[in-house]
Amino acid sequence: MSEVASRISVAVNGTAHHAEVEPRLLLVHFLREVLSLTGTHIGCDTTNCGACTVLMDGRPVKSCTIFAVQADGREVMTVEGLARDGQLHPIQEGFHEQHGLQCGFCTPGMMMTGYALLQRTPNPSEAEIRWAISGNLCRCTGYVNIVEAIKHAAEKMRSAPAPAGGRS
Amino acid sequence: MIPAPFTYHRPKTLGAALRLLQTLGSVARVLAGGQSLLPMMKLRLAAPAHLIDIGRIAALRRIRAGGGRLRIGALATHSMIESVPAVRRWVPVLAETASTIGDLQVRNLGTMGGAAVHADPAADYPATLLALDAEFVLQGPDGARIVPASEFFQGLMATALRPDELLIEISLPTAQRVGAAYMKMPNPASGFALAGVAASVALDGDGRCRHVRVGITGVASAAYRARHVEQALLGQEPTDEVLAAASAAAADGVDASADLHASAEYRRHLARVLTRRALAAARDRRRSGKQGLPSS
Ligand SMILES: Cc1cc2nc3c(=O)[nH]c(=O)nc-3n(C[C@H](O)[C@H](O)[C@H](O)COP(=O)(O)OP(=O)(O)OC[C@H]3O[C@@H](n4cnc5c(N)ncnc54)[C@H](O)[C@@H]3O)c2cc1C
Ligand code: FES
Ligand code: FES
Repeated sequence: MSEVASRISVAVNGTAHHAEVEPRLLLVHFLREVLSLTGTHIGCDTTNCGACTVLMDGRPVKSCTIFAVQADGREVMTVEGLARDGQLHPIQEGFHEQHGLQCGFCTPGMMMTGYALLQRTPNPSEAEIRWAISGNLCRCTGYVNIVEAIKHAAEKMRSAPAPAGGRS
Repeated sequence: MIPAPFTYHRPKTLGAALRLLQTLGSVARVLAGGQSLLPMMKLRLAAPAHLIDIGRIAALRRIRAGGGRLRIGALATHSMIESVPAVRRWVPVLAETASTIGDLQVRNLGTMGGAAVHADPAADYPATLLALDAEFVLQGPDGARIVPASEFFQGLMATALRPDELLIEISLPTAQRVGAAYMKMPNPASGFALAGVAASVALDGDGRCRHVRVGITGVASAAYRARHVEQALLGQEPTDEVLAAASAAAADGVDASADLHASAEYRRHLARVLTRRALAAARDRRRSGKQGLPSS
C-alpha cells in the first residue's frame, strides 16, 4: 500500500499539537491514543450515538466520523477543555447538580453539544435543547435530567456572563 | 472500526482536484463531508486506495444569488443550507429540507453535493431538488456540463456523474413565484426518509395551477418526479378535493421498495398521503406568501 504519513497540526483545547499520522487515523483515536485525551468516548463507532462529539471550529462533530488529517489547521475542543484551573465549567456543574448522568458514558458528548448550543443560544427553550441534543443518545437517564442540566448551565452562565473555564 | 489504508490528497484548487481524479482513475474517491463515505470505509464497504479531500477548495463552498438563479457550491453543508439568508429567502423549502437531515453533528459536516452524488434512495434533498427544477453543474477534464435534476438521479446510488467529473454547483431558478413544501416520514432511528415528498406550486391570476412539481424520495430505488400528479393539476383550481384526487397517482407505475422498515404497499401509501399534504402546504404558502421557514 502506497500510504504515506501526513504531518498535521491541530489546536486542541488551545494548545497546538504537531504529529505525523496515518491518513486513516480517526480524529477520536488521535485524541485518545496520540494525545491521551480519553475524555472523548467511543460509543457506537457507527456515527449514530454522539458519544464522541467534540467541537471543531466551535461546531459539534462526531470525532469517530472524521479523519485526523481533516482537522489539520483547525481548532478542536474536547471535554477536557471545559474546566479551567480546577474549576468546573457551568455545563459540568449543571450535570452534577441536576443528576444529568448515570453511567456517564454519553456525558462528554452531551456536554460538548450543550456547550456549543449555549454559545449560540444563551437562553434556549426546552424544545431547542432537545432538538440540539437529538444526535446524542443516552441509554440511562431518559434525557429529562440532561435537559435540566443544560438549563441549569444556561441560567448560571447568564447570571455570570464571563464564567471561569471554557473557551468560546 | 479502522478503514483500509489509503493515500491522502488535499488539493487546494478545483483544477488540481480534477487532475488528480484523472490521473488516479477508479482507485480514487472524492471526500467531501465524509458523513456517508467514512461510515462505508469503516465497514470496509469502500476501500479506495486514494482519497481526494476537496474540503478545502473554498470556491466550492460559495452560495450566490443573481441572474434569476441561486447557485450553491457543492461543499455547502446542510447547516449552511439551513441557515444562510440567501437560501432561506430564495428557496426556503431547501432550508426546510436540510433541517430534517440526520442530526446536528451530521449537518455540520455533511454537504449537499455529497448527499446528491451519494444518491441514497432515502436521502432528502433529491425530492426537493426535483421539485425545484435544480440543475447540476458537473466539471470534467473537458469543461463543465449542466444536467437537470430529472436526469441526474438515475438509480440506486447511481447518478449522471462520470468518474472523472466533480459536482461543483447546484443551481436553482428563483424568478418564478412558487409556494413549496417538503413533507417527510422519517425512520425514527436514522432520520432518513421512509418516504419524503417535495411539492412546488405556482398559480395564475385565477388561482389555477400554472406550474406544479412533485419530487418523491424514499419510495423507489431513486427519487422521481410524480408526473401523473403534476399533469392532472395543471389548469385546475387546487382545492383539497382536487389535490387528494391527483395525489392518488403519486406512486403509479413505480417499483416501490420493500425492506425491514416498510413494505412496498406502505411506501406507496406514504407517497400518496405525503403528496397530498405537501401540495396543500405548497398551495397555502403560495396563497399567503408565507413560506413557513424553520427557525434557526
Ligand atoms: C447518522 C446519520 C444520519 C443521516 N441522516 C440523513 C437523513 O436523514 N437524510 C439524508 O438525506 N441524509 C442523511 N445522512 C447522510 C448525510 O446527509 C451525508 O452528509 C450525505 O449523504 C453525504 O454528504 P457528505 O458531504 O458527507 O459526502 P461524503 O461522505 O464525503 O461523500 C459521499 C459520496 O459522494 C462523493 N462526492 C462527494 N462530494 C462530491 C463532489 N462534489 N463531486 C463528486 N463526488 C462527490 C464521494 O466520493 C462519495 O462517494 C445521514 C448520515 C448519518 C451519518
Ligand atoms: S462513537 Fe461516534 S457517533 Fe457513536
Ligand atoms: S448516562 Fe449512561 S448513557 Fe447517558
